[in-house]
Amino acid sequence: MIKKMTCISCPLGCQLEVEVNETIKVTGNKCKRGEEYAKNEVTNPKRVITSTVRVEGGDRPLVSVKTDKEVPKDKIFEIMKEINKIKALAPVNIGDIIIENVLGTGANIVATAKVMKG
Amino acid sequence: MKRDLVIIGGGPAGLAAALEAKKNGIDDILILERDKRLGGILQQCIHNGFGLHIFKEQLTGPEYAQRFIDEVERLGIEYKLDTMVLHLGDDKHITAINPKDGLMEIDAKAVVLAMGCRERTRGALNIPGNRPAGVFTAGAAQRFVNMEGYMVGKKVVILGSGDIGLIMARRMTLEGAEVKMVVELMPYSTGLKRNIVQCLEDFDIPLLFSHTVVKIHGKERLEGVTIAKVDENRRPIEGTEEYIECDTLLLSVGLIPENELSREANIKINPVTSGAYVNELMETSIDGIFACGNVVHVHDLVDFVTEESYLAGYGAAMYIKGQYKKDGKRFNTMGVNGIRYVVPNSICPQNVKGSVNFYMRVSDVYHNVNLIVKDGENIIYKSRKNHVSPGEMENVKLSKEVLEKVDGNELVFSLEEVAK
Amino acid sequence: MYDVAIIGAGIVGTSIARELSKFDVSCVVIDKSNDIANGSTKANSGIVHAGYDAKEGTLKAKFNVLGSEMYEGICKELDVPYKRNGSLVLAFSDEDMKHIEMLYNRGLKNGVRELEIIDKNKLLSLEPNLQDNVVGALYAKTGAIVSPFELAIALGENASQNGVEFMLSTVVTKVYKENDLFVIETNNGVIKAQYLVNAAGLFADDINSMLGGQEFKIIPRRGEYCLFDKAVGNMVTRTIFQTPTNKGKGILVSPTVHGNLFVGPNAIEMDKKDDVSTTKEGLEEVIKGGNRSVKGLNPRDIITSFTGVRATPSTGDFVINIPTKNAVNAAGIESPGLTASVAIAPYVVNLLQEQGLRLNRKSDFIATRQNTKLFINMTENEKKEVLKQNPLYGRIICRCEHITEGDIISAINRPLGAKTVDGVKKRVRAGMGRCQGGFCMPRVVEILARELNVSPIEITKSDKDSYILTGETK
Repeated sequence: MIKKMTCISCPLGCQLEVEVNETIKVTGNKCKRGEEYAKNEVTNPKRVITSTVRVEGGDRPLVSVKTDKEVPKDKIFEIMKEINKIKALAPVNIGDIIIENVLGTGANIVATAKVMKG
Repeated sequence: MKRDLVIIGGGPAGLAAALEAKKNGIDDILILERDKRLGGILQQCIHNGFGLHIFKEQLTGPEYAQRFIDEVERLGIEYKLDTMVLHLGDDKHITAINPKDGLMEIDAKAVVLAMGCRERTRGALNIPGNRPAGVFTAGAAQRFVNMEGYMVGKKVVILGSGDIGLIMARRMTLEGAEVKMVVELMPYSTGLKRNIVQCLEDFDIPLLFSHTVVKIHGKERLEGVTIAKVDENRRPIEGTEEYIECDTLLLSVGLIPENELSREANIKINPVTSGAYVNELMETSIDGIFACGNVVHVHDLVDFVTEESYLAGYGAAMYIKGQYKKDGKRFNTMGVNGIRYVVPNSICPQNVKGSVNFYMRVSDVYHNVNLIVKDGENIIYKSRKNHVSPGEMENVKLSKEVLEKVDGNELVFSLEEVAK
Repeated sequence: MYDVAIIGAGIVGTSIARELSKFDVSCVVIDKSNDIANGSTKANSGIVHAGYDAKEGTLKAKFNVLGSEMYEGICKELDVPYKRNGSLVLAFSDEDMKHIEMLYNRGLKNGVRELEIIDKNKLLSLEPNLQDNVVGALYAKTGAIVSPFELAIALGENASQNGVEFMLSTVVTKVYKENDLFVIETNNGVIKAQYLVNAAGLFADDINSMLGGQEFKIIPRRGEYCLFDKAVGNMVTRTIFQTPTNKGKGILVSPTVHGNLFVGPNAIEMDKKDDVSTTKEGLEEVIKGGNRSVKGLNPRDIITSFTGVRATPSTGDFVINIPTKNAVNAAGIESPGLTASVAIAPYVVNLLQEQGLRLNRKSDFIATRQNTKLFINMTENEKKEVLKQNPLYGRIICRCEHITEGDIISAINRPLGAKTVDGVKKRVRAGMGRCQGGFCMPRVVEILARELNVSPIEITKSDKDSYILTGETK
């Protein structure tokens, strides 16, 4: 089976062809990251999730957050539920862990912006 | 008040220009920012993917911005928030206002324009139909969702596959809305590849090329849109209309550099980019007024904005210190055969520090082409491209040495088909 | 119980209300919409017609000329933008020139001052961007432009200052007489009044039927407009008409009092009174019509397009009469209705008086409005003064029109203030500019919510179902 995909490791966007048999053969990539990306996409696709979390006592109502590692793609909506449940307390700094090891994925939900007390 | 350097705009462009000017010996710098915090539009771009070129890592918008803000704070560069520039004269006289200082009159030795861009609206597209609530520019929706914590709708159609539209398709989906489709007038996307993959394909959101919205329905709140296929001249094809029920239409149909102040200062504007003509140091047609970032031409990667803005900051510093020589040999740049525009527009090689990164956009999707740069008949650069698209900016770096050897009055950038 | 109830808060209803507020009369204005001027008044050419167009002897002609003379004074009194820019009726052929002579003579008979027929050379020296095939024009120096909804809002606000009550979001469902009193049933309860004025615009025929007046119909006629960026606002300085044909008055090209340029309207009869949608064909017709008069109109400069609906009476003339004892119709006030309305008001008040309404002039009538000036229009000293009093005048919310937070708060908190995003836009222009609210709309929602002490979710664009936000995230 040959799967076509666009590499998104960098803005170049190489058009990849991935042949999945006993081994996985990737063509069309200009660098190693392309091969890695394609292999992951067919075996265990992962994404970084970015979202926001409500803040209490801050100078603004929300702080932006992300998973500090890629998480399995099929867990995105479950993780969103966790993100939507939680509230952060101001002040918040970039990198502050808002949820540790979310759903056992090994990834933390961390703040990506600063919120002062307000 | 008198200042050496005033930077209009505290987004990524303004911040980078300020840092570079400071590094080059200018201490009297003032950044004027109209929002309540520095960082510009990056503050609402909470998705990641910023900084791959500059920092070799994937940052979110606020993180990317904060790195520059921290540096501005560390170096003690002065800035005023909540401050709007009302007037700019070609004598570099600025009138600005904010609630704290009231009206301010500032005379600057040099000015950097970094006002960014704004979104095209429904009005500019002249879409027929009603004018209900529920039609938003993607950026306005992004502000509501990411900054203020409000949802703008439940069933969403997005017109235009610009990056903000794609990003908002994913954001709205993750926040529980149903994004029905993205409709794109052109036969290709104007957004980045990775956004199409990660924002649409990941969530099975259809992307319809060569389609547009031909009518807006709903008296008070949007109730639906009629979409239709368009022909090669982008005219809707009769009989292809389809009604799509939705309560929200997001528009991601292009960005326009915000050059109201530039026009007021009599700066020459390039009709192709809607931004100022600039030279090797990002100086505009008005002496001592520099420009960088999306106010010059709309970028898709902030990294390039930063690079370009470092150059403007350096240029402004050279100008203030009197080290910027204008009497040397100068030639223009030009895009032909598939190259829609090139920035910068003219080069005086003696002012170039190391090299110049030329930014350009192609006018259509091409495969297997060479991007070539010619000085007269002499090809001075050639690069093979498998795939180029108007949605993704191309760049060509030429060293000072190469530029010094240019003989003609014009450096011509073009695409040529690769002979098979 | 009120002395007078006025149904309709458009330019006609607010003009009459303001006129009545000069007297010791208790008065209520009822409108189905949640703001003044949300019907035909909102989407209107904004032209103060000189008065050569309406046929001599008609009510249209009479009130047009009278109204035109009154306009400048009223606009000055209420601080509403008004500009006597003059208007031109273009002729493209000898036949057109004959028609223009007819209009000239009609104008003289109607009593219009400062009319002149000019030749091509003079015409092109006045307006160099006109098409080359013009042959001459009728030049009416008394033609003027105004912001129609700003005037209606100012009239309403001034009436309110002088004691008139306004019941907005109030739909009249039934009107009948009981013991010589009008009983007006609405979704907001029953209102009783001794006298009734029908200024219900597109729906005036329905009210007339309820009153048992002699039947007439209001035929809704759509007019589509394109509004152009201020960058091209000076392509013409006068209002440019075309010689009317049997197909209609033709498309206008005119500057607005705020420096934009508009092109329109076309004229299409419709079945539905509340259909304010634009059509592809209509917008194309409008642009084509504009191009017939003016060179170099570029659709790329359009910032918005919209539709207005004219309340065209089946009788051909304004319907100003007495449908039943103690009531007055002010109906079918189509073009030149905006101009005529200010003259219709004292006439209607007079009709009420003739039927027995006692009019004693108030000693404490306030003729002017306070604090109406936008920050951007203030002198340097006024700016400094207002900034001292309220620093929020230093925060620009609408970047395109340079409207400050202070301006917006004032628009919300004044009598009959803005409660919606469009209400703010109509009063102080935030969102009227080239970005059409792209930047400022979220901020305006925030300010409205704060000032009205409600959640942003409750803020609407215009009428009650035009919600902007659907809930909180998370």
